[in-house]
Amino acid sequence: MDLFVQQTVNALALGGTYALLALGLAVVFSIMGLINFAHGELMTISGYTLMYCGILGVPFAVSVPLAILAAVLAAVAMERIAFRPVRGGSGATMLITSFAVAMILQVLFQNLISARSQAVALPQILSQSVHLGNVIIGVNKIAAIAATVLMLIFLDRFMNRQKTGIAMRAAAEDFAVARLMGIRANTVIAGAFAISGLLAGVAAVLWVSQRASVDPLMGFTPVLKAFIAAILGGLGSLRGAVAGGFMLGFIEVYLAAFLPQEFQEFREPIGLGLVVLILLFRPNGMIPSRFLGLIKV
Amino acid sequence: MTRVPLLSAQGLNVRYGAIQAVRGIELSINEGEIVTFLGANGAGKSSTLNALVGLVPVAEGRVLFDDQDITDLAPERLTPMGLTLAPEGRRVFGGLTVEENLRMGAYAVNDVDRRMAAWDMVYDLFPILHERRKQFAGTLSGGQQQMLAIGRALMCGPRLLLLDEPSLGLAPKIVGQIFDLIALLRERDVTLGIVEQNVAMALEVADRGYVMAAGRVVATGTAEELRQTDRLRAAYLGEE
Repeated sequence: MDLFVQQTVNALALGGTYALLALGLAVVFSIMGLINFAHGELMTISGYTLMYCGILGVPFAVSVPLAILAAVLAAVAMERIAFRPVRGGSGATMLITSFAVAMILQVLFQNLISARSQAVALPQILSQSVHLGNVIIGVNKIAAIAATVLMLIFLDRFMNRQKTGIAMRAAAEDFAVARLMGIRANTVIAGAFAISGLLAGVAAVLWVSQRASVDPLMGFTPVLKAFIAAILGGLGSLRGAVAGGFMLGFIEVYLAAFLPQEFQEFREPIGLGLVVLILLFRPNGMIPSRFLGLIKV
Repeated sequence: MTRVPLLSAQGLNVRYGAIQAVRGIELSINEGEIVTFLGANGAGKSSTLNALVGLVPVAEGRVLFDDQDITDLAPERLTPMGLTLAPEGRRVFGGLTVEENLRMGAYAVNDVDRRMAAWDMVYDLFPILHERRKQFAGTLSGGQQQMLAIGRALMCGPRLLLLDEPSLGLAPKIVGQIFDLIALLRERDVTLGIVEQNVAMALEVADRGYVMAAGRVVATGTAEELRQTDRLRAAYLGEE
């Protein structure tokens, strides 16, 4: 029972990080039909910001907001430089552009920083843990869950109360009509990238705080997982992205914890098999987007 | 002094790839008028409206609104100037509440007083929208969605409102309500351009009309004149 509680906390922490990343992908996809594979590099930028802040002795309480800000600025710059010129291009054009951006950034990280993994200085408290009865919970896990909850509340408020957030939902549903309301394409698209950068930045801080290192390919695996989570939840649906992120986190952590030893090496295929199984029964994902398939202008 | 039309188009052409939807038409809408565009399916009526508001590019020709050249302006630039369109098929934001839909309609209005006046006007014209303001627009009936689509377009306080097939797919009784509303809008000094398939109803509320066939204007005149010409019948039956 204790082990189960412990693993559930781990699953919430990992799933929450996937959920934030999947949300970032979904926000951009729902508005411009782009799956941004360079999303992971936003995480890496945040990770390196944390690393340099650590080297320069910047207090962690300052370096975290700086790292998140770096991802937001990088996301907005990415849109302005790489994606705006191909806006209105086919899905394939935008997808290939995102791969190009990802590769260029990876090569820059390798050549300008280091191809090898670099240590990131983290405050002591993150590696400590809290004893609740027989359950031992890492502070970094608690921080991850708390940060995820805060981000989800913030995003919910933003999308439902703020004029720009509502405009983003409107544009995701019917871009042409949103423009007829006077909603500028640049505003909502830049807004979507800024939100996705914010989510990637927070996810990066959580990711790094579990591992204390950063390397040029750091963002690749979590974003691949987030992409799977987004598909699992229903591509383009924000609620689906959150559900898919948590679902994938639970599948991974529970398999790692409860699968018999002799099956452990098949953990990944079994996990992905479960994903495929869910998609067989719900081909549009767990919470499909109602508007996918609408023509976007 | 001659009267300058609020909106005019000269030699307007619209193409979709190799298909030419609108072939060099001339039109004008004066302040305070209701002008209707009639014609069979595929005559180019919707393409004309979409080109006027910048949703589809103008291949050739010029569009003037309030004496300014708006030929190449995007729709989001035109709304603040007072020109908007309630598109065909209503296209309300189904995942947004009625209130949020209307709030988006007023997106371009920065003046608080003007925004409040718009809320009052729309809720006054459509009490049902006020009643259902917390409901998702996707759950409204077709007629209510059409009212929301028109209400949403009115929220920006347009000087010229273009309506594309406002009665499409609605029950006859609801169609009557929509046309009553159009008559009400005239009393509130909203200039209207209406694409409509319900010819009798359209000519009843309109001052003037254009009859289109195969991308061209084949007849124009006052509503009274159009009711009496054969060109209208001919345009629908495909005789040119």
